[in-house]
Order: sequence, then structure tokens, then C-alpha cells
Amino acid sequence: MEKIISYQSEIWIAIGQTFTMVGFSILAAIVVGLPLGTFLYLSRSGNLYENKGLFLLLDTFVNIIRSFPFLLLVVFLIPFTRFIVGTAIGTTAATVPLAIISIAYYARLVEQSLLDVPKGIIEAAISMGATKMQIIFKFLYREARAGLVFGLTTATISFISYSTVMGIVGGGGVGDFAIRYGYQQFETGLMTFTIIMMIILVQAIQVTGTAISKKLDKRS
Amino acid sequence: MIELIQVEKTFDGVRAVYPLSLTIPKGQIHGIVGTSGAGKSTLIRIMNLLEKPDKGTVKVGEKILTYLSEHELRKARQNIGMIFQQFQLVLNRTVAGNVEMPLELVGVSKKERKKRVEECLQFVGLSDKKDAYPSQLSGGQKQRVAIARALANKPSVLLCDEPTSSLDPKTTIEVLQVLRHIKETLGVTIVIVTHEMDVVKSICEHVTIMREGKLIDSFQIEPQGLLVNEDQYIEDLRKMAVVKK
Repeated sequence: MEKIISYQSEIWIAIGQTFTMVGFSILAAIVVGLPLGTFLYLSRSGNLYENKGLFLLLDTFVNIIRSFPFLLLVVFLIPFTRFIVGTAIGTTAATVPLAIISIAYYARLVEQSLLDVPKGIIEAAISMGATKMQIIFKFLYREARAGLVFGLTTATISFISYSTVMGIVGGGGVGDFAIRYGYQQFETGLMTFTIIMMIILVQAIQVTGTAISKKLDKRS
Repeated sequence: MIELIQVEKTFDGVRAVYPLSLTIPKGQIHGIVGTSGAGKSTLIRIMNLLEKPDKGTVKVGEKILTYLSEHELRKARQNIGMIFQQFQLVLNRTVAGNVEMPLELVGVSKKERKKRVEECLQFVGLSDKKDAYPSQLSGGQKQRVAIARALANKPSVLLCDEPTSSLDPKTTIEVLQVLRHIKETLGVTIVIVTHEMDVVKSICEHVTIMREGKLIDSFQIEPQGLLVNEDQYIEDLRKMAVVKK
């Protein structure tokens, strides 16, 4: 306990870094991952913007990003990261590979949620004279909203997990703190404390996400 | 009101509809019957171009749909309501929200939307369900909501693709009553695709018969009213009883 108190400021910094990294990941997932997943769905054969070439391109991109062991992706992206933020070290730099994996990961979950929407709803929308934008926003997202929220919850928890290894590029965060102060300095208590903190955080996110998703779901 | 001229449709080398022409006058309840695979569903979907015919002309009202641009076609579709076997309601919207949808799409003001939604729900007898979600309704009620939704934009044509095929005899009557009421009070032209003979006999004034993608006959009939009657069924069954000796 004393140890925890004496490391208080480091813990707070680490928590701040984790929130920054995960926050950016969520933002990237929503701003880029959602549209990407939507296009993945729409360009699939038999769908609204059927386009074999585009589908193949997006599908391959998502698969490639997701086939990298995450640590290797971080290393592989170093030149790109340096190009984007000017440095490859630190919390800001860590957000770049995290954003990339988040986009690919959430896009896949978005695609899956949209595939669960019955095709008939889209036909009904077309028969009403809806524009493509209206079909996407008023029909597709409306019917898929529970899945989209549930997917984002799952994704967020994965983002937290990914963020824990960002110590490798000096990204810091709770995971890095647990390794450096807890594991490497033989402070098992400190490490256990960090792990418990993470468990509580993940639990809270899952419970909240499930509750929101359930509340939004009026399908049955 | 609806005129199909030499329309035809092939799916992956399989002929769904052979070239055929059909004219449906204004205000008629027109039944299209046939077994599954007869092409009747494709035919009704050609009427609002959900299925684009490979050849031929589709005319609804004054508009030749097959000539229209994407934008004009969307406008034209707002004048053609459609209901489906599986209702296709937006399940995450309330009953009122569903009926409001077509109005929202064309940008009707909120106040007017509310008024129109109330009118439509009253018409199908579901005013008390306006805040319910579709999952809380029976099949017949869901189809009535779908009808209210199809009527929201005051269409002159209502296309019904197997409207009662997933309903039991009692709720089938509910839906058929509403359809007949629409014809009588609003003068809407109604096309019904079905494999249920009882539906045709009860409300259709003209029947077109399809088989294997071909129109094999089309003639006027005298609708016999809503025949689907539980007592009648029981009576008929009793007549069939085998008496043991």
C-alpha cells in the first residue's frame, strides 16, 4: 500500500497516457473505422454500391493490418509514424499504430453488424424512394445500432490491451507502468494492483456497453 | 394506371418472366396468382423497378419508369406504396416512427408529419399502438403498420407482395379488410401477388394467372367478400368427416 502511495504520481501519469491512447483509438475507430466498415459492407456483391475492386481492396487492407502481430505492426509503422507526427517515440507517436489497428478492427465489426440487417429492410427503403445516404443513416445504422455499440465496446477493450505494449516505443500507459515498476523492480504488489485496476476498468466498460446496446435494441 | 409493355427478366440465364404485357386500370384490386417460381413476385417488383426489366416498358400513372433518371425514379416511387410478406418494418423505431419514415425522407415538416401519421394509423385502426415497437405487435398488426407506412405519402398505387402469406386466417381478414377499405375510400389501385386462392376470391376484381414465367390468363372476376371464416372452415371439415360403420 505504501508503495502504491509513493508511486501515486507515476500511476496517474500512466492512467492519463492509457486514456489518451485508448481515446484516440476510439476516435479513429468511429471517424474512420465506421465509414470503412460501411463501405466494406456496401461494396460487397449484391449490395448498394456493389464494386468488386473496391471490396477486394478494403478487404485485403483490413486483413493485412489484422494479420500483423501487433508489436511487429508498431515497429513496421515507425517510418510512417515519424512522417505523420514527426517522431516515433512517446505517447503521441504511439497513437498512430493504435489508430491504424483500431480502424481495421472496428471496420470488421461494423461490417458484421451491418450484414445482420435483413436485406428486406433495404428493399423497403428503396421502394419508399430513399436516397443512398438515407438508406445508410436512417435504415442501416438504425437497425444495426445495438451491434455497432456492442462492437465498439469489444473493440475498446481490445484497444486497452493493445495500448499496454506501447511501452516499446515509449508510449507509457498503465501496462508499461506495471512492467517497469511492478515486474522489473520485483514489486509484485504494485503489479497486482495495476492488474486489478485494469480488470475493474474493463469490467466497467463491458457492463456499460452491454447495457447501452441492450437499451438500444428493440428488435425482439 | 399501371401498364407493362413486353417486359421480360432473366436471372443468371434463368427466365423469370417471359415477355408479357399487362394493363391495370385505376382503382382496381388486381390479383396475380401462381405457384412459387411462377414469376409473380418478379412481376410485381418490376412495377416499381425494384427489379429492372431486361427489356420492355413500365408505366405507372403518367410516368414511364423505365425512362426516368435515378432521381426521378425515387420521386416516382414515393407515389407507389409497397408492402411485403415479412412486413420489413424498422424494428428499432416505434409504430409512429415507421409510418413517419416516408414523410421524413421527403422532408415534410415535423408538425405535418405528426398529423399525417395520426391519420394513417387511425385508418388502419392502430392509433393506440403508436408508441409500441413492432416486436410487441401481432403479425396482422405489423402488416397494418406497413400499410399505414405505405399510405403515408398518399400514393395512387399500392403493391402487395404476398401480404398475408405469413398470417393466420383471422389476421388475414384484418389485413384484407384494410385493403378493401383503401380501395373504397381512397381509390388507390391495388396489386396483390399471392398463392392463396382465398385472398383472390375474397377481394380481387381481376385476376392474372402466371405459370413458369408466362402470363397464361387474365380476366375479371366477381369478388365474393371475405370468405375466410372460421365457422365456415369448421363446417366444411365436418362435411368431410368419415363415418365409421
